[in-house]
Amino acid sequence: MADVKKMATREGYGKALVELGREHEDIVVLDADLAGSTKTGMFAKAYPGRHINCGIAEADMMCVAAGLAASGMTPFASSFAMFASGRAYEQIRNSIGYPHLNVKIGASHGGLSVGEDGASHQCCEDFALMRSIPGMVVICPADGVEAEAATKAAYEHTGPVYLRMGRLAVPVFHEEGFRFRIGKGEIMRDGKDIAIIANGLMVYEAIQAGEKLAQLGIHARIINMSTIKPLDEELVLQCAKECGRIITCEEHSVIGGLGEAVCSFLSETCPTPVRRIGVDDQFGFSGPAAEVLKAFGLCADHIVEVTKEFLGK
Amino acid sequence: MTSQEKKQLQITACQVRMGIIESTHAAKCGHPGGSLSAADMFTYLYFKELNVDPQNPGWENRDRFVLSKGHCAPGLYSALAHRGFFPVEDLLTLRKVGSYLQGHPNMNSVPGVDMSTGSLGQGISTACGMALAMKLQKRNNRVYTLLGDGEIQEGQVWEACMFASHYNLDNLCVIIDNNGLQIDGEVAKVMSPYPIDAKLEAFGFHVETIDGHDFDAIEAALNTARAIKGRPSAIILKTVKGKGISFMENNAGWHGVAPNDAQYEQAMAELNQQLAELEGM
Repeated sequence: MADVKKMATREGYGKALVELGREHEDIVVLDADLAGSTKTGMFAKAYPGRHINCGIAEADMMCVAAGLAASGMTPFASSFAMFASGRAYEQIRNSIGYPHLNVKIGASHGGLSVGEDGASHQCCEDFALMRSIPGMVVICPADGVEAEAATKAAYEHTGPVYLRMGRLAVPVFHEEGFRFRIGKGEIMRDGKDIAIIANGLMVYEAIQAGEKLAQLGIHARIINMSTIKPLDEELVLQCAKECGRIITCEEHSVIGGLGEAVCSFLSETCPTPVRRIGVDDQFGFSGPAAEVLKAFGLCADHIVEVTKEFLGK
Repeated sequence: MTSQEKKQLQITACQVRMGIIESTHAAKCGHPGGSLSAADMFTYLYFKELNVDPQNPGWENRDRFVLSKGHCAPGLYSALAHRGFFPVEDLLTLRKVGSYLQGHPNMNSVPGVDMSTGSLGQGISTACGMALAMKLQKRNNRVYTLLGDGEIQEGQVWEACMFASHYNLDNLCVIIDNNGLQIDGEVAKVMSPYPIDAKLEAFGFHVETIDGHDFDAIEAALNTARAIKGRPSAIILKTVKGKGISFMENNAGWHGVAPNDAQYEQAMAELNQQLAELEGM
């Protein structure tokens, strides 16, 4: 894989903010003492007057963002996914979600791939928390280019958006200039034996799994479902009808994330057998990201195994 | 202010208190105690201090007010209604299905409400965000926020105070209604926030402690706050919870309970008596 270009999704977020900041005076970027890690430091360097460090005070930061939005600014509030969605959940729910304010939450270091920092920092519950807030858009881009495009799309959207990014550099498979459409899934590979619907860093794993399965004569349709809410129901339904079986893959708990969103939609519209690959109601642990991901089955080989078992092959 | 102006404010405050009693009685629930203790400040803010336009509630150069202690919505709604933001008779729809007057303020449904609040500790942070936005936009308007003395037990309040001071938000005025009581009893016994003034001073605020029912003192403190540059101001209001209604005064039991029919009659009789005395002066 040495020839594959790698980039963390948080890097795409940081790049997009700098570009957006150049054109839009209304953009303010807030951080909670993690500007180096969330990559908002790039914006701070370019536009120091519009980068507001809130210190280690995520609850305050989310409400400051709400006040800025209520006064005509477009704030991007950044922290680690754990503290953005977890520590500040109720601030987001009551001061951003309920008044439906135009705040963008840029949450980096989501999921197990934080790696060595361990369970306290491996947030696998953020999709569930953010999906439950009425009017919140929830996006988890798959690579750095998509993250950059998604950040720009979040700016164009009026209303609260939760963007979940990762720490780990992951393979880039979107072309530069890719245009992100909120609420639209992307078919990465076509097939009719099974549909594998993934998001975040699991999309690349799903693509790899799709290639391996093809060698075994199994033609999987691979979907990048980077918007978890609103879900691309049309595409999910199409997958269910044309493929008959679905596997979901996410770097998140199997509770409340993409898998559950797909299952709850299909159970009411087109009951379809589904297998959910994700973190199975457990906390993570320390270790290099790739090893931790593998231990939880968040890798192409495990997707291949689950697919074979699911199809009885 | 002239004695005539002061008398008019006292009359208006009495009417604002009537709105609190009428709306909570009609709703059969709500928070009269803290609404009444802050009624004089609500009155002064909306009838003298704030640069607002009831005909154009979304005017972008208006001063902002955030009711951080959102449960005192009956007080805010009554002041807004009497100031002309919406009909006074609508106060009777408080907390009812279909009413725009939600139990806690909703900025998207009530004309004149600048921020949705209700979860304690958050309003002051949103006020900081507004004050920062005014600075970034180079506007001269000011931001005011009213907190309860129990509310300042929330840690987020002190995060916000650090923020206000760090970013030199001299366009922000933090007002604390120190009526000394919260749901479970005296704030000093539940979880003492004292000394409030020294804490705020240590956080970098200009602080004044005044009688929250004295319009001269309110005016002087707000004028000073406007003149302070380079740092935020705080005004601690020494108040009486339930102020104006004899049987509600200094009684924590009236934090979140509405008057029944007999209590309503008595409360309104007392307020009408106060009004008659003021108008007869």
